[in-house]
Amino acid sequence: MMREKILYSFTAIFDSPDQVSHATEKVVEQGYTKFDVHSPYPLHGMDKAMKLPPSKLGYVALVFGLSGTLGALLSLWWVSAIDYPILIGGKPLFSFPAYVPVMFEVTVLSASIATVLAMLFFFFKLPNNAHPLHGSDYMKKVSADKYGISIQADDPKFDEASVRKLFESVHAKEINSIYWDNEELTHKHKIFEPKFLTFLLIVAIISSGTTYFTLNKLMFMLPFNWMMEQPKQSAQQESLFFSDGFGMRLPVAGTIARGYLPYQFKGQPDVAGEKLVNPIPISIESLKLGQTKFDIYCSPCHGYHAEGDSRLRGQFPNPPSLHSEKIRKWSDGRIFAVLTDGQNIMPSYTTQLSVDERWSVINYLRALQRAFNAKESDLQ
Amino acid sequence: MSSSSVEYYRKELPSKVQTIGLVLLLVGLVIIILGYIVNPARSAQNNIIGFTFVVSIAVGSLFFVAIEYLSGAVWSTPFRRVGEFLSSLIVILPFLAIPLLLNINSVFHWTHPKPADKILIGKAPYLNVQFFIFRVIVFWLIWLVFYYFITKNSRKQDQTKDQFLTTANVKLSAIFMPLFALTITFTAIDWLMSLAPHWFSTIFGVYYFSGTVLAALAAGTIFIVLLNERGYFVEEIHTDSYYSLGALLFAFTNFWAYIAFSQFLLIWYANLPEETLWFLDRWNGNWKFFSIGLLLVHFLIPYIGLLSQPSKSNPKRLVVMASVLLFAHYYDLYWLVMPNFYKDGIVFGWIELGFPILIAGLVISVFVYKSKKVNLVPIGDPKLKRGIDFRL
Ligand code: HEC
Repeated sequence: MMREKILYSFTAIFDSPDQVSHATEKVVEQGYTKFDVHSPYPLHGMDKAMKLPPSKLGYVALVFGLSGTLGALLSLWWVSAIDYPILIGGKPLFSFPAYVPVMFEVTVLSASIATVLAMLFFFFKLPNNAHPLHGSDYMKKVSADKYGISIQADDPKFDEASVRKLFESVHAKEINSIYWDNEELTHKHKIFEPKFLTFLLIVAIISSGTTYFTLNKLMFMLPFNWMMEQPKQSAQQESLFFSDGFGMRLPVAGTIARGYLPYQFKGQPDVAGEKLVNPIPISIESLKLGQTKFDIYCSPCHGYHAEGDSRLRGQFPNPPSLHSEKIRKWSDGRIFAVLTDGQNIMPSYTTQLSVDERWSVINYLRALQRAFNAKESDLQ
Repeated sequence: MSSSSVEYYRKELPSKVQTIGLVLLLVGLVIIILGYIVNPARSAQNNIIGFTFVVSIAVGSLFFVAIEYLSGAVWSTPFRRVGEFLSSLIVILPFLAIPLLLNINSVFHWTHPKPADKILIGKAPYLNVQFFIFRVIVFWLIWLVFYYFITKNSRKQDQTKDQFLTTANVKLSAIFMPLFALTITFTAIDWLMSLAPHWFSTIFGVYYFSGTVLAALAAGTIFIVLLNERGYFVEEIHTDSYYSLGALLFAFTNFWAYIAFSQFLLIWYANLPEETLWFLDRWNGNWKFFSIGLLLVHFLIPYIGLLSQPSKSNPKRLVVMASVLLFAHYYDLYWLVMPNFYKDGIVFGWIELGFPILIAGLVISVFVYKSKKVNLVPIGDPKLKRGIDFRL
């Protein structure tokens, strides 16, 4: 069934850029808005003659570029300062200078990707591969050595006779009418076309092949393997530098690890009681810390209030109350000795509690004792 | 020959400009002489800033002239004389260097290292007064020779319209380019980096280069735009040519920021005391605000000011941004020099004004002097017509 042809536009062909510029000015003067000029190469001053507004593409780049900057900053801050805080090289968790390169790269990346995509799909309105001008004689001429104007039929001022008259008045060399291709208009486009699928398959094979080759072969070839083969000492490797051949070295004699002061009174609780002084002053923080640790580590056996009321229901011998005369008279250092060395069946707490935490537990224990044996004067 | 169709009438610069130049020159000179009498050490420190600033404009301009020949650029040909005029400042460089060399001991403390200072003793084969002065003279001679021959060929072409003079200049430029890279790098090391002789940064030469190019470009832009707006070049020059100036200014603003940040980032990351101390000097006390100011004038303001496409060819915007960048280079040099001496905080007084005023006067006077003797447009250049017809 043949349908009537639908007019797309009227076209005019010119011989020289000057003629086409002049004609364009006339077209603009007559108030046409839906028209386009075609030439084999960019014509200087044509956008002015066509009265084209400045391109909006720059704004796309600006907006997406800035979002990239901000997005990179926020995600780096979230990852390295909030969600998974790790101290690196003694730098603050939020280290702005380290983020700048990433922010810069992401800005460039998002701005350029957004610009290209916006240009292709928004400003050029792709995919539009069935434009009526394509394949026309007009297009063949203006992409070789001629210049042309095409005024679209859907322009509100379009009228066959007057457009023809206008083109004649500016001495167009040829005037043609361009029709929509009926077949293209009615054609149903399939996504699963065999050609398209073959194309996808080839792309998949090539990209996975090159990825495989890059990651498994290329990276192990010269010179890309230079990063891997560094003259450094790996674990369990014989050292060629030290005469004894050991790669791992002992720390210098007398080295003390941070936060692990050696305990000097092993097996001498009484000496410890005399010599050790509690370095942690009583404060809300210290008491709070002491309470937390006491409730976790001591209360199962000694009870929440250190009365010796174990929650272990006889599975472990009940310890004595810590409110006894004896313990109240003990110095902080003496209790410290019990926590550090253990006492009979009570185990040592050095692995669970740091030195400062042990002193805080003792501070808390003192508070408990005071509460149980409150003096008249405490009430005032 | 196409260039014969160019119509150029030489216009004299108004005599007012010459007077302003001379007045500035004299005022600056008086301040500097007083400064040297009152406080020679501080004057010599300012002298370093002044000297390196003039090197930037003079040698940087010659760099642009050479780049034009090498790349065969046409858009800049109508304006090339501006670069040639500015590079004639090379001739007067010794006058700026001599007062400093007389006070060399009060600015460069490597001239008298303490016997216990193993690092400075180790660097002495390079950092010693004789070799330093030798380098200063050799570098100057290199600049002078290339300035002389390149501009001489260019001037000769005005009369003879001989195309082979362009070819000769292309060859000269090709030889000049690597020498420029080396001399500028070592000038930066000698005059600026050696102020903190224990410190080192391998990117320092590039850092100074980025400022040099920007300053020369900014100075050129100011002259080009101001003169072109008043019709001192050729009538038909289109403002499209401005776009290239704007784009170059913008590009080198980014280049400077890129290099400055690269230098900072590595030192910040590695956190080695012998490297970080240089930045700490620039972060202690109120130097901190000065450093933040550097970021503003040398990057943020010109970056935002030149970001959009129309602003790159808008003459007013160009002059303003070029002035900001020119100021920023002086600011940058001050930032490089002064914290080495004044660890407690910013110093600023009348002594600091001498060199900026003198240099402003110098640049204007030299330009006026040159423009009286030489055409402002290279009328014999075969590329000129294409340069005038340049469209984006
Ligand atoms: C596994 C159960 C258990 C835990 C947990 C425990 N203790 Fe004990 N503790 C004992 C026993 C049992 C004794 C009695 C040991 C003995 O026979 O001398 C004791 C003794 C003591 C003594 C000495 C009492 C005395 O009269 O000689 C003190 C002080 C003490 N514990 C404090 C603590 C503190 C503080 C904690 C928390 C860090 C703690 N204990 C955790 C079981 C425990």
